[in-house]
Amino acid sequence: MSEGQSSTRRLVRRVSWETILALLLVLALVGGAVLNKDFLTAENWANLLANFTEIALMALPLSLIVITNEIDLSVASILGLSSSLLGALWQYKLAMPLVLVTCLVAGALCGWLNGFLIVRFRLPSLAVTIGTLALFRGFAYIILGDKAIADFPSEYAEFGIGVVPNTFIPTPFVLFIVLALIFWILLHHTTIGRRIYAIGGNPTAARFSGINLNRLKLLLYVASGLISALAGIVYTFRFSSSRADNGTGFELSAIAAVFLGGVTVQGGKGTVTGVVLSLLLIGIINNMLTLADVASEILRIVTGSLLIVSVLLPNLIAKTRESWRLMRRQREIARLGSAS
Amino acid sequence: MTKQPENTAEGQGWLNALFRSRETSLVLLIAVLTAVTTTLNPRFLSPQSLKDLMLNVSIIALLVLGQTVIILMRQIDLSISSIVGITAFLSGTLFINHPGISGYVVIAIAVLTGLLLGAVNAALIAWGKIPALITTLGTLYIFRGANYAWVHGRQVNAVNVPGSFLAIGTSTVAGVPILTWIVLILLILFSIGLRQYRAGREYYAIGSNPNAAVLAGINVSRRIAIGFIISGAIAGLAGALWLARFGTVDATAAEGIELTVITSTVVGGVAITGGVGTVVGAVLGALLLSVFSSTLVFLRVPSFWQQAFQGAMLLVAIAADAYLAYRHALRSRVKWSHV
Amino acid sequence: MRSPTIELVDIYKSFGSTRVLEGVSLPLFPGEVHSLLGENGAGKSTLVKIMAGLHLADKGAMRFGGKEMLFRSTAQAQHAGVSVIYQEPTLFRDLSIAENVFMHRQPKTAYGWIDYAEMNRTVSQHLSQLGVSLQPEDPVLGLSIADQQIVEIIKALTFEAKVLIMDEPTAALSLEEVKRLFQVVERLRSKGVAIMFVSHRLEEVFAISQRITVMRDGRVIGSGPVEKWTTEEVIRKMVGRSLDALYPKEKVEPGKVVLRVRSLRRAGVFKEISFEVRQGEIVGLAGLVGAGRSEVARAIFGIDPLDSGEVLIGDTTLSNHAPQAAMAAGIGFVPEDRQQQGLVMEMTVMRNATLTILRQLKRLGLVSKEKERQIATRWTQRMQLKGHIEEPVNILSGGNQQKVVLAKWLATEPKLLIVDEPTRGVDVGAKSEVHRTLSQLAKDGMAIIMISSDLPEVIGMADRILVMHEGKLTAELSRAEATEEAIMFAATGQVGPRPDQKSKATPNGKS
Repeated sequence: MSEGQSSTRRLVRRVSWETILALLLVLALVGGAVLNKDFLTAENWANLLANFTEIALMALPLSLIVITNEIDLSVASILGLSSSLLGALWQYKLAMPLVLVTCLVAGALCGWLNGFLIVRFRLPSLAVTIGTLALFRGFAYIILGDKAIADFPSEYAEFGIGVVPNTFIPTPFVLFIVLALIFWILLHHTTIGRRIYAIGGNPTAARFSGINLNRLKLLLYVASGLISALAGIVYTFRFSSSRADNGTGFELSAIAAVFLGGVTVQGGKGTVTGVVLSLLLIGIINNMLTLADVASEILRIVTGSLLIVSVLLPNLIAKTRESWRLMRRQREIARLGSAS
Repeated sequence: MTKQPENTAEGQGWLNALFRSRETSLVLLIAVLTAVTTTLNPRFLSPQSLKDLMLNVSIIALLVLGQTVIILMRQIDLSISSIVGITAFLSGTLFINHPGISGYVVIAIAVLTGLLLGAVNAALIAWGKIPALITTLGTLYIFRGANYAWVHGRQVNAVNVPGSFLAIGTSTVAGVPILTWIVLILLILFSIGLRQYRAGREYYAIGSNPNAAVLAGINVSRRIAIGFIISGAIAGLAGALWLARFGTVDATAAEGIELTVITSTVVGGVAITGGVGTVVGAVLGALLLSVFSSTLVFLRVPSFWQQAFQGAMLLVAIAADAYLAYRHALRSRVKWSHV
Repeated sequence: MRSPTIELVDIYKSFGSTRVLEGVSLPLFPGEVHSLLGENGAGKSTLVKIMAGLHLADKGAMRFGGKEMLFRSTAQAQHAGVSVIYQEPTLFRDLSIAENVFMHRQPKTAYGWIDYAEMNRTVSQHLSQLGVSLQPEDPVLGLSIADQQIVEIIKALTFEAKVLIMDEPTAALSLEEVKRLFQVVERLRSKGVAIMFVSHRLEEVFAISQRITVMRDGRVIGSGPVEKWTTEEVIRKMVGRSLDALYPKEKVEPGKVVLRVRSLRRAGVFKEISFEVRQGEIVGLAGLVGAGRSEVARAIFGIDPLDSGEVLIGDTTLSNHAPQAAMAAGIGFVPEDRQQQGLVMEMTVMRNATLTILRQLKRLGLVSKEKERQIATRWTQRMQLKGHIEEPVNILSGGNQQKVVLAKWLATEPKLLIVDEPTRGVDVGAKSEVHRTLSQLAKDGMAIIMISSDLPEVIGMADRILVMHEGKLTAELSRAEATEEAIMFAATGQVGPRPDQKSKATPNGKS
């Protein structure tokens, strides 16, 4: 295998994932339009985009965390905690801006706890975030019980369900667009992004190069907590309902979007573009199924399957390649054995 | 004056030796909690309350048996709650559609179904090389989705289930419900299996050092696959028993139970990093969590606090395990004894 | 004439384009301890791995009990009766000693259950024979490396090994433990086991062996009964290479002291390490693999912990023990293992080369792709690496990969550069380019510490050579005094005046 050949092949493979996603996206758009006349209406698209805003928001910092070879399963619980906090504090008639800031701070603190346990205590992130998934959701229940708070000031409720004038873009989605841009710049155009890729690609080499892994990972978890809390605020205003169980199960969709977006299991690879494309793809598929009156449970099956397939496929490709290589090697050994 | 060797119990005092065993600490904690609760509310130890406690623990304890096998190997199985949901409804449906069907046959079919679902996990993880977290997170939702689609808003009611089957959950032998006896017997079998058979020791080996396991000649993929199949079969059985215990089953049956099971297992001494722990400890962990919930109820703490406590307990258990491992790792750092 | 239990005949082995073994023949006779000596890179460990079933020879035969045999796996080798005890034990930390010994082949009772009593009894016997005060039920977790090796030895013993190969087994044992180990070795010998001892401890080798083989550069240089060998002869055969003028280190007047380390200590790894490095100097740090040189370097750089001692750059003590602080003070560190520690293999050359100076890439807060490319190109070209800037480093040759690592560190413009095995696995052409670069850097005023196991390289490049042995500095040699024998003498821990030269055999400072 010559040096030049494999590099082009490798380049082709990397670009391919995002390109494949883009192609699938086009297919989905066409399919949606063909299968349902309501698909391309402004109203439908407003719904579509609004419905996955929260998950999309959470997927952004999550993808950075997965690139560094960690995970955060507690995102949906932080969303729920932020939502209950919002409702509970609003009940005490505190000024809304203050309430919102408190929710965001709470989210950041949750993220900090995750980061602290994982980085300082060197605990496995899977186990820690399973624990905090329960802990934070538990806090949400402690704060709000099974009440539902609904009477929010109209300007905030309208923010939740409104659209940008003369378009179909829901106002909260603008938040996502802004944050997606920020994360795109962060990952691909800042030194922090370079460090993130290095940590995921080879944490030892990153450490030997003077990169402070602990500080960066902690930062990522705080960001994840902060944005999950933001997603909680958006969700609450969108449905005008603050409940402790808001967002239950959202972590699946967020994680599915991250892996489907091309972030690899081993870490060190993945792009924001890919994650955004995959979010759109999942959003469209969900929308198509809803329009076709498919039960929402089927959506779960689809999301779960997408998650598994997006990890299975690269593995299968690698396996086939590996077995070809092995066959060639064995033939070589057999030849050498008989020669001597 | 000779220096006491660090390894022996004499060198560290009986208190330390006691706490060295996770199982003993758990029994102690359970005893303390029981004492506290009974003092505050003597009804805690009444026969009815004890029976409830045993029934509550039993299904979790059963699932804990399967999860222990999994976590010992450094894997995880999040999909058990969905498997229980499916087989619980399946069992009810069998009784409805086939009146007169034997309870044993129903249980057998439930176990078989769970086994097959576990095999799906096994194939994806052992052969597809997808990490267990991702696989079982996916199947958790795929199986539950399928369950919802199948149930379609219906539910099974106790009237649909023959009394003889429900008796598993209500009748007692020597004061202990039959359901609990079933779990106890399985506990003994698993305990023996994991300790006394070569195959059982492989689970420990794989979790302790996967590379060394390969070098020792263990077929790691096969053992991992078998582990997930066992976990599925256990979840299948748990589904049938769920029906016996509750009588009513809808699409949400057992939702969220995987967290309790995993927390019980880890609190019970099965380290999330694998290679350490016993089924007895894990079941004690389940008992501890149950007693703790009951304590909260008896202390009139709103049930909303349960989940937060569970999460906190898992975090404490993980941190404690990591600290112990760290202490031991320090001693292996020495390269030259004379330096 | 006895026939050997196992015999390697005319073995050849290459890894890629590197020839590691050339025509090696080695017999192991029953009831005999056969020691294999050679400096790092001589091919000893590859030989051991072939016998252990980890590698297959490219050419040549292996005869076991007279029959030709190929071991395709370690399990196959073990079951045939070939056991290897490595320096790094692979044990199940959470399980007991007895379980580790018998995993996957535990003795069974009549009912099919594991017979723990039998297992513990057997292991207990072995433990007491070795004079070790451990119990079979003790968990391996928490055992020192010395004790873990004992477990490995017992494992091999229970395989009824006909051939026992020990790779540096006494490295971490105390004198008492070594004595006991030798008693066991004697017992095995009387049972007819063929034993191979790979070691650098010459006193031990001469004490225990009946036969000695010396290897160098993949070939057997000398082999024969122990009576025919002397220490000097062994060392001479280990090194015996003529120095060619491949190493262009120019004479530079050393300037101010850049690095001063005092009494560095890390419990169990190294102690009493004190030395200085001046501007324009290349200080070589020689010694055998495992002597602790990389650990000292990593401790200076702040990656590994330091239990006591001081590190001073110029006049200021390095107080914060972290790589960032070391880098800020002007230290650069090219690590030993370029693939695991030096490079992110899937990343491009450009990205790898700028990883240490990310701050320099910023323009208005963002990374400027132009600057990234510029800086990466400048430093890689300085290392004679042409093109490839946007390609992942894993497609480059070893030599080119090493150039990327060097480029990355030169970009930080350090005052002190530590290079650990700078030309390991690097072809001759790239090797001399690296040397030329280092030489130029020294001329321009950089202070350099060069850790190397390549003796000609050290002698050619260094102004002064420090030698380490098992965690301590054993010698400091000036350029004039440095010969391969002198270095090897100190590296194997020999003390006192050498028969061929008088020299300063005491380390810098204390003895």
